[in-house]
Amino acid sequence: MSRQALLSVENLTMRFGGLTAIDDLSLEVPHKAITGIIGPNGAGKTTFFNCLTGFYKPTSGSVVMHHPVRGPVRLADLPSHKVARVAQVVRTFQNIRLFANMTVLENLVVAQHNALQKASVFSLAGLLRLPSYRKAADQALERALSWLTRLKLMEFVNHPAGALPYGTQRRVEIARALCVNPILLCLDEPAAGLNPKESAELNELLLYLCREEDVSILLIEHDMSVVMNVSDHICVLNYGRKIAEGAPADIRVNPHVVKAYLGEDDLEDDMAAAGA
Amino acid sequence: MQAAATTHAMTLPQRLKDAFSVAFIALLLGIPMIGLTTTDEGGTALKVLTRWPALALFVAICFVGRLALQVVREALARRRARRPAKAPAQAGSSRLLTVIGWAGVGAALLVPVAFSDNRYAVDLATTVLIYVMLGWGLNVVVGLAGLLDLGYVAFYAVGAYTYALLSTQLGWSFWQALPVAGGVAAFFGVILGYPTLRLRGDYLAIVTLGFGEIIRLILVNWTSFSGGPNGISEIPRPGLFGYNFTPPGSEHSIADLLQIDYSPMQRLFFLYYLILALALLTNLFVRGMRKLPTGRAWEAVREDEIACKALGINTTHIKLAAFAIGAMLGGFAGVFFAARQGFISPESFTFSESAIILAIVVLGGMGSQMGVVLASLVLVLLPELGRDFAQYRMLLFGAAMVLIMVWRPGGILAHRAPTLVYTGPKGDQA
Repeated sequence: MSRQALLSVENLTMRFGGLTAIDDLSLEVPHKAITGIIGPNGAGKTTFFNCLTGFYKPTSGSVVMHHPVRGPVRLADLPSHKVARVAQVVRTFQNIRLFANMTVLENLVVAQHNALQKASVFSLAGLLRLPSYRKAADQALERALSWLTRLKLMEFVNHPAGALPYGTQRRVEIARALCVNPILLCLDEPAAGLNPKESAELNELLLYLCREEDVSILLIEHDMSVVMNVSDHICVLNYGRKIAEGAPADIRVNPHVVKAYLGEDDLEDDMAAAGA
Repeated sequence: MQAAATTHAMTLPQRLKDAFSVAFIALLLGIPMIGLTTTDEGGTALKVLTRWPALALFVAICFVGRLALQVVREALARRRARRPAKAPAQAGSSRLLTVIGWAGVGAALLVPVAFSDNRYAVDLATTVLIYVMLGWGLNVVVGLAGLLDLGYVAFYAVGAYTYALLSTQLGWSFWQALPVAGGVAAFFGVILGYPTLRLRGDYLAIVTLGFGEIIRLILVNWTSFSGGPNGISEIPRPGLFGYNFTPPGSEHSIADLLQIDYSPMQRLFFLYYLILALALLTNLFVRGMRKLPTGRAWEAVREDEIACKALGINTTHIKLAAFAIGAMLGGFAGVFFAARQGFISPESFTFSESAIILAIVVLGGMGSQMGVVLASLVLVLLPELGRDFAQYRMLLFGAAMVLIMVWRPGGILAHRAPTLVYTGPKGDQA
């Protein structure tokens, strides 16, 4: 990690009563890279995302986003909508949370709510259709269409989001998150429920976003074909603790990781088989 | 409703079994409703009489009717099977709705012309329009933002009492009080909205129900302020540019001003056109809001509040805006109600009013503007038309509600028109 970290997590702990979901986790997420977070079920991955994005208040520890313009922003102090608005950290969900009855285009325009709301001046400029608001609305439409084009979703533009195939919904959710203009995009199991072809397309998409669009990505994923192929850096959690960190090739053979996934019997081949 | 799911023809024993079971249910229901009746014997005694022949007739009708229904259903199912499933032509149906909407506005404009000597008809049409306006207001909260509000009548009451008090105590005119009363109602909307921000669905419904009752109980019990159960009377009628619809010779009479013959119907027509204008403005406003960021966020909050937060939307503001705007529209309707009646009391703002307004929104189809109009017509006109049936009136009303929910579970018009449609490069968006 030679580059400066984008997000620094220090001694993060999250307790629910007697259960310690995240235990003294420290982690650095680098700029313009894909960071994978893996771990067995219940390892605290989604809880980590919830702490990051303001849905949970961590018990202790700090999460600091080094925003390129605004400087360091303490995420744990912000309500969830400000995490997206101020820190530009945007997340997706493990169970897709699209606005199912609204069209794909509407979903993407809602994601640009804050800019549009400002232009609508308490809805007055909007109701009167002042040029300033119409310009903002046109820009929002343009941005939505450009992401739809880049994510190859144009054919679904006017479809109700809830009626789309599962894999397409995942892409729409990513497109919607991108409309918020994220610096750090947190994806919670984006490959869950995808078939191998769709997973491969997802790999391509993630690499494209990171390399071409300069979006840093934090990725929770069980599908090893995705994590191992796209991640620059992987962090492994188990029982809320970080048990390993490093490049995909190192993680693959790390004895702690193999133990966490497969039990005591540390056979490298088994790990590879589980991954594939 | 098992029979609805089957598309193949039933055998005769199946048919008979089905019809018998329906007849049996009809018998069970019919014993208290038709089989037994009471007559006044004079004094305090009521005598129970039996009407077995009527009950037998009722059960027989149900039995035969069920058999007939099976035949009709199968015929319909066969015809549907023959016709290939067509994709719903969305653009076509929304264009049709627009045409129907304009036709409805035209018809509404002509009501006083068509019934120029029928006081009852114009009065009834005015009542329908009050409910249409209330329905459009509640639609913001329930239909768009998805916040189940069972106490909407509270805002109606706040608007009505604000006007009543401002006009009788301080001498404000209708037009001065209208915006103020709307603002007061909106403030009460925020008061209700703020503590209930974290609640959804059933829990929110209970709190809003309580809120509606609190407002009513305050109005009943705070006699020095609201007149208590006696209400407030002699509320001034709305005028037009300072002139009133009063007999010639009185101060500022429109009849004198325009040199026309005075007729009490003129005021009724004016009230009718006033509520029509208020309702249409409400409609335009809500339609406009729906296409603005706030309106889209309302629908997004209805669909998924957590996703909204993750996208940087302050759901607190969005929900409070929904409560405030919904309440404001209810308040406007309340002002009109007070001005039209000339007398208000807490009696007019009971829970059953909230229930009717909510029923209008739900039966019409959540979020549908046209549906609200249709449902208001059904729910206000049906009990009126049913007056001839006297004691069976509520039965008719209930049956109509059940039938609508069976045929159209999403409401009369469940279609949701997108707020934004991409029609191709350089195509302008709707």
